[in-house]
Amino acid sequence: MSFSLPTTVDGTLALLSAHEYVADRALATALFLSLKLGRPLFLEGDAGVGKTEIAKVVAAATGSPLVRLQCYEGLDVSAAAYEWNYPAQMMEIRLAEAGQSDSDTLRERLYSERFLTRRPLLQALQPDGADRAVLLIDELDRADEPFEAFLLEVLSDFQMSIPELGTVRSQQPPIVVVTSNRTREIHDAIKRRCFYHWVDYPSAEREREILRRKVPQLQDDLSREIVAFVQSLRGLDLFKSPGVAETLDWAHALTQLDVVSLDPEVVDQSVGALLKYQDDIARLRGTEAASLLEQIRMEMSRDQ
Amino acid sequence: MTLSSELRRVPRLPGTHGGQLADNLMHFARVLREVGVPVGPGAVLRAADAIGAVGLRSRSDLYWTLSACFVSRREHRPLFDQTFHVFWRNPQLLERMMSMMLPQLRVPKSDEADKLNQRLTDALNADAADSRDVPEQEIVEHQSTLTWSDQETLQDMDFETMSQQETRDARRVIEQMDLGMPPQRTRRYRSGKGREIDLRASVRAAARRPDCGIPLVTRQRRTREPAIVALCDISGSMAQYSRMMLHFLHALTRDQQRVHSFVFGTRLTNITRALAQRDVDEALDTVSQQVCDWSGGTRIADSLLRFNRDWSRRVMSQGAVVLLITDGLERDDSALLAVEAARLSRSCQRLIWLNPLLRYDKYQALAQGARALLPHVSDFRSVHNLTALDELAALLASPRGNSMPPRRRAELTVVK
Repeated sequence: MSFSLPTTVDGTLALLSAHEYVADRALATALFLSLKLGRPLFLEGDAGVGKTEIAKVVAAATGSPLVRLQCYEGLDVSAAAYEWNYPAQMMEIRLAEAGQSDSDTLRERLYSERFLTRRPLLQALQPDGADRAVLLIDELDRADEPFEAFLLEVLSDFQMSIPELGTVRSQQPPIVVVTSNRTREIHDAIKRRCFYHWVDYPSAEREREILRRKVPQLQDDLSREIVAFVQSLRGLDLFKSPGVAETLDWAHALTQLDVVSLDPEVVDQSVGALLKYQDDIARLRGTEAASLLEQIRMEMSRDQ
Repeated sequence: MTLSSELRRVPRLPGTHGGQLADNLMHFARVLREVGVPVGPGAVLRAADAIGAVGLRSRSDLYWTLSACFVSRREHRPLFDQTFHVFWRNPQLLERMMSMMLPQLRVPKSDEADKLNQRLTDALNADAADSRDVPEQEIVEHQSTLTWSDQETLQDMDFETMSQQETRDARRVIEQMDLGMPPQRTRRYRSGKGREIDLRASVRAAARRPDCGIPLVTRQRRTREPAIVALCDISGSMAQYSRMMLHFLHALTRDQQRVHSFVFGTRLTNITRALAQRDVDEALDTVSQQVCDWSGGTRIADSLLRFNRDWSRRVMSQGAVVLLITDGLERDDSALLAVEAARLSRSCQRLIWLNPLLRYDKYQALAQGARALLPHVSDFRSVHNLTALDELAALLASPRGNSMPPRRRAELTVVK
């Protein structure tokens, strides 16, 4: 399926908006540059601010297949790029033994495309039945340093060297989105090859817009309270501030509980959807929730 | 090699500057060497030739010519630059340096000299002491610091009571310490003696010799040194120790791949990048520029809180060992300190508390801060002298150290 990429930042914003992603201009600019100049987009930020979502939206918006590589410690080439089909290769060797074929032709046969199992990176370079793919390299900070070094070739030249087969090049370079939660620093060499953007928590207005789109059944007043409450929580210097994902979870939970307005008891019951550390929960369960709610009420009545 | 014998090997330079330039060049090379830029006699001869070839039209020419001959690493550039400017550009200092050939003179402690690199100042002084007319007694005294028995004394000498020369020698000992740590197994594999079969290598081996069946090649886990995270107190009460610890951390950074260093007094500063510079003086210089709360008060709880919130998840992802270097004299909230120390302890593989106050036999963890910290550490050690640092290096190098579970340790040590 062919698609045309946006030609302006406004066009990028509109594209994201059409797919229910409410982005700010800074993110749209970084994404536009990445699409226009064909370089990867490196998104860093706290968990739950919508980094992974961007790749999904871009894939949906451009009609491209999304190839996702979830990183973890110990991730290596065989899991990320390609693997040989060893049982089939062994069978081939046994057949060759029976047929007395010479070793050179056997080696050639063994390391042919027939025995190649393609993993995400190779799939993204040569997508099946599509012009180009969207490659999401998710949570790169979870992989270890040696894997980063392997990525350098893929990210800068969109090619991969397979020692037994040669170099695989991409006809149409994939759109690459790399995300990191910053559990460790990513090497500058990777960042240098990408457009970098730090994804921050959204403003109150943008967060209300996100809620309106993602939880349409939510009443307007409750939505305002939820956003005001979450935003003031982010100002509290918690161990882990709630991200947009947590706001959405909480909103879904509150609608399930048929809540029409926030009160300390409701917050107590449902705070697990919002905060994930016991210290933070204990702090909020005291008098903090009540005083926050009171403050929000005062501000909302002043605005009206 | 003495100055005079070295001078004899330098050819007379062309032009009107003649012998004086050759002397200066020789002297310059010696100062550079003292400062820490390794300049061999070959480089000096090459520099003399180079100056002859380039000529002496401007100081800038001279600078780049000498730089091309004497500097071979990026980190030596600042040292070379400073030495060059002192030596060749400032006529007064140059005059002073020449006068240092006379034994009774030293570089005076003017404002300008204060700004100089300490090693450069020391080197200039050392050169004067080393000159031919110095009284014999002084030379003997200098040599005596290098004897083995003095090294022995140094081992047990408290950092707090060390003279400048002893501190310098201690730094040298630290630099030579073996700071290897036992490797940890990672999730990566390599071919070798292991229990699991390496299918890739097996197929490759079979393809090489198809008539011999399929030989089974095994694989084993790769290993890697664990990350070390150092949190060093630089408050007033720790001043003498923290400087020595920074030297230790610099040496550790040189030996290990993943060392993250932080200092704290009233605020927390990440000094990892500064310590990564190979030259120790350059590194410590950058640290002192970066840190603005030297020798101030201590807020351990607050600093640990900041570390836990902002850095812990970024630097301790893969089983780090934490060195907490502090005397535990907390003035803030000790309840908060206990909470943050507990969190720190939970997020690392091993929390080693290094406390210089342990040098006193009768030390008891009576201070509130110390009592809050102690239940959460896996090792409690002193760092007041070289022997203690040696023991620390040995502790780090031992597979599991002498670690006790934190709670048990606390029961044993906390004084009620």
